[in-house]
Amino acid sequence: MIRLQNIEKVYRTNTVETLALNKVSLDIAKGEFLSIMGPSGCGKSTLLNIMGLLDEPSKGDVKIDEQTTINLNDKQLAQFRNKKIGFIFQSYHLINDLQVLDNVELPLLYRDSTAKERKQLATEALAKVGLSNRVKHFPSQLSGGQKQRVAIARAIVGRPEIILADEPTGNLDSAMGNEIMEILLQLNRDEGTTIVMVTHDEHMAQKTHRLVRLFDGSQVQ
Amino acid sequence: MLKNYFKIAIAVLRRRKFFTFISLFGISFTLTILLVLTAFIDKVVGDSYPDAKRDRSLYVTNLQKTNNTGGMSSGALSFYFLDHFAGSLKTPVKVGISSRFSGTNTYVNNKKIAVNYKYTNAAYWDIMEYDFLEGKPYSKQQIDNAEKVAVISEDMKNEYFGDIPSVTGKFIEADNVKYRVIGVVKNVPITSYMTYSDIYLPYTVSKINYKSKGYQGGYIGVLLAASSADVPKMQQEYNQMIARLPLEDKQYTKQTSRAESYISAYVNTGDENKSGVTLVLTVIVVFVFIFMLLPTLNLVNINITRIMERSSEIGVRKAFGASSKTLVYQFIVENIILTLLGGLIGLILSFIVIQLINSENFIANLELSINFTVLGIGLLVCLIFGLISGVYPAWRMSKLNVVTALKAQ
Repeated sequence: MIRLQNIEKVYRTNTVETLALNKVSLDIAKGEFLSIMGPSGCGKSTLLNIMGLLDEPSKGDVKIDEQTTINLNDKQLAQFRNKKIGFIFQSYHLINDLQVLDNVELPLLYRDSTAKERKQLATEALAKVGLSNRVKHFPSQLSGGQKQRVAIARAIVGRPEIILADEPTGNLDSAMGNEIMEILLQLNRDEGTTIVMVTHDEHMAQKTHRLVRLFDGSQVQ
Repeated sequence: MLKNYFKIAIAVLRRRKFFTFISLFGISFTLTILLVLTAFIDKVVGDSYPDAKRDRSLYVTNLQKTNNTGGMSSGALSFYFLDHFAGSLKTPVKVGISSRFSGTNTYVNNKKIAVNYKYTNAAYWDIMEYDFLEGKPYSKQQIDNAEKVAVISEDMKNEYFGDIPSVTGKFIEADNVKYRVIGVVKNVPITSYMTYSDIYLPYTVSKINYKSKGYQGGYIGVLLAASSADVPKMQQEYNQMIARLPLEDKQYTKQTSRAESYISAYVNTGDENKSGVTLVLTVIVVFVFIFMLLPTLNLVNINITRIMERSSEIGVRKAFGASSKTLVYQFIVENIILTLLGGLIGLILSFIVIQLINSENFIANLELSINFTVLGIGLLVCLIFGLISGVYPAWRMSKLNVVTALKAQ
């Protein structure tokens, strides 16, 4: 489903050159639930951003669903992300000015859909994460766990094949963290969604199919 | 999609009330001034009472004499010039002649009243369509007989005689001469200076010798063509007449005078080499430009700050499939919503200001009103504001890297 080949990422300033990723190659099968671990600054998030086409590698190729993505322009990348990928972030990144339902509808705004379809799909997605009773709330009225569930609903509303989660339980206590993890596991099991999760939590990582460890930009496991 | 943008725009406006206030204040205040200004210009230039036949009229307001050493004499024309030379042209069907208005004082019951008066010929009344509230204008015969008769304005009637039903036949005193009132006309604002006056008198009762054969004097003329199609021909004939005109004064080597449209004549600078219209237009355009530039820059600045506050939203939207173009579009739409809101407030403010100007009667007889031209200009100005102040910040925003935008929170 996702194939990374010899990915290198170099950050350059006038004086310093930092190698964030060093020749990382990774094959992720359709329906796989993979976790990425490693100390802070080892390049986990950079790798996830490159997989999600939010960042470009300095060298190497990213193939998603057998398609090379390196030469796509801004508009094509946007469409690709919209159809194939859903994101979950550690700090939720909900739009505070919009109600829960409008937040969840967001990915559907960028594809052909009527207001009625959007509302229906968003309501379904919220039901899946158990938040049907919070549709009209604003993010500021929700707990951390509820916010992350809204973010998951937003990530799955467009039925993407891939979900990329950057420390989804990082800001939550263990009970809420487990709840979120359960939702992701269920999503992977029931819908066959390919999930890549960056985490610091060994316990969470053990629940996934495969664990990849990074250290100083290189893959060590 | 638009509904979503609208929700966001309103939410953002409500979130940062101070920024919103500054933005809206800038837009609405500027717009108010522009609207009041345009209402004023619109009234001054566009109001065709009493000269409703402007489309087939040319106005002669000035004659300029120059010599090779830079000497110049410029001024209005003499009655003789307008009557004798302009009056002998073949294309005009009528030549209306009137003096520029002059001021004097008169007294009623020991109360001083400032009065403006002007002298006219009979054709003036045929060309101009004054609304007579009572009586009628003086005839050619009355002029020829130098009868001391007067047409007065409604305001003059009220001020001099008080609130009585009819004043025709009564006498009004101005400059120590008593005139018999034979007509009362609806007021003309002082801004229509070519037709404004409190008292209109036959030119033959003027103390200044109207028979003097000099070219310059205190009169202006209106040449009326049979149809608007004849106006260019009339202008050409006037120019030919000026070219053939014998030099009046040996001191000068050249005489120029133009028969012009109402607007050109209205803004005539007195210098025949410079077009008053160009000058006035330039001044207005520069003024409007500078006046709009400041709030626009202010808005650009505020918008950039607003955007950077929303970088997390931008990151999320991009991650979930918004292209840069879509985001630019979203932001411009939001900005247009903001400016239209400012525009609406501006319109309401303008309405209030115009009502105030009218009720306080700051300028004699000038009744300003918001009309569709002004409303159209207002909306256009709002849209331009929205576009100009939205495009640059939106462009900057769309260039934001997703990863950086998401980290910024």
